[in-house]
Amino acid sequence: MAGEHKHPNYMAIFWLLAVLTVVELIVVFLPFGKMVNGTLLCALAVGKAAVVAMYFMHLRFETRTLGLIAIVPLAIATLLVFVILPDAFFVDHKTANVKPAAEAPAKH
Amino acid sequence: MSQAASHAAPHAVEAAESPLTPESWGKLGMWIFLAGDAVGFGTLLAAYGVMRSTSADWPNPYEVLGINLTAVMTFLLICSSVTMVKALEWLGKGDRGKCRMFLFFTALGGAIFVSLQAYEWTHLIHRGLHVDGNPWGAALFGTSFFIVTGFHGLHVTGGVIYLLSVIGVVSRRPDPAASYNVVEIVGLYWHFVDLVWIMVFTFMYLL
Repeated sequence: MAGEHKHPNYMAIFWLLAVLTVVELIVVFLPFGKMVNGTLLCALAVGKAAVVAMYFMHLRFETRTLGLIAIVPLAIATLLVFVILPDAFFVDHKTANVKPAAEAPAKH
Repeated sequence: MSQAASHAAPHAVEAAESPLTPESWGKLGMWIFLAGDAVGFGTLLAAYGVMRSTSADWPNPYEVLGINLTAVMTFLLICSSVTMVKALEWLGKGDRGKCRMFLFFTALGGAIFVSLQAYEWTHLIHRGLHVDGNPWGAALFGTSFFIVTGFHGLHVTGGVIYLLSVIGVVSRRPDPAASYNVVEIVGLYWHFVDLVWIMVFTFMYLL
């Protein structure tokens, strides 16, 4: 059983993840605006998660059926995003509780 | 005829073991659990996205929460993932002692992670971040922060207990091969917790 797995170079993957984390911390302070930074950060996060799943969780070396099981939540999550998209971006007014929050301490 | 019979014999076992994971049902079970858990975390983060994008006064997370400590915590979880794969590697080589040592390091990493999170929570609560309001803006900011990081923290806590009990399993079974599957499955869970933290760190702290 143990012999069947090709063990990847775990230390190389560790360094890759560590470097990507540092890159993330740098991206936060890049002056490209929220949209570009956000896209970069999402891409980095998905990339890191994929590396963990593929190499640490051995998904790359598993059967295809197991890969399908792992892909299902991704498909559901993507669907979910499309379902809630109207709620997230096409609301007429934005909720703000600046005032209630500021008044709250005075009432208590 | 005789050729067909000799062919059928080894195949009969194979078919009963299912084409899914001939290696282990336990692993399949853990993967299905993790798939469900991933949807749970996905829902939490999606809900966070909706609340944040419909709010006009959402605080800037990395300014309010601070990311230095959390960056250390992220690094710690990555390290504990490495000790986890090392534990499995040593068990594969037949060294139960080294396997138990690395499993212990993994559990220790998880315990330190939860401790740092408790420290962070205490610190933030003192600064005014509560589940029902905070000095910086939208009240839901605190609510979602505590729910999502708390849900993940519970997973880490559960993982530490799980890891410690697996150390017991490895100790009780003299044959290293007998506990290989158990260690591999706890590894799946642990790496998943690391994976989820990567997402939580990005969405709750960095964005």
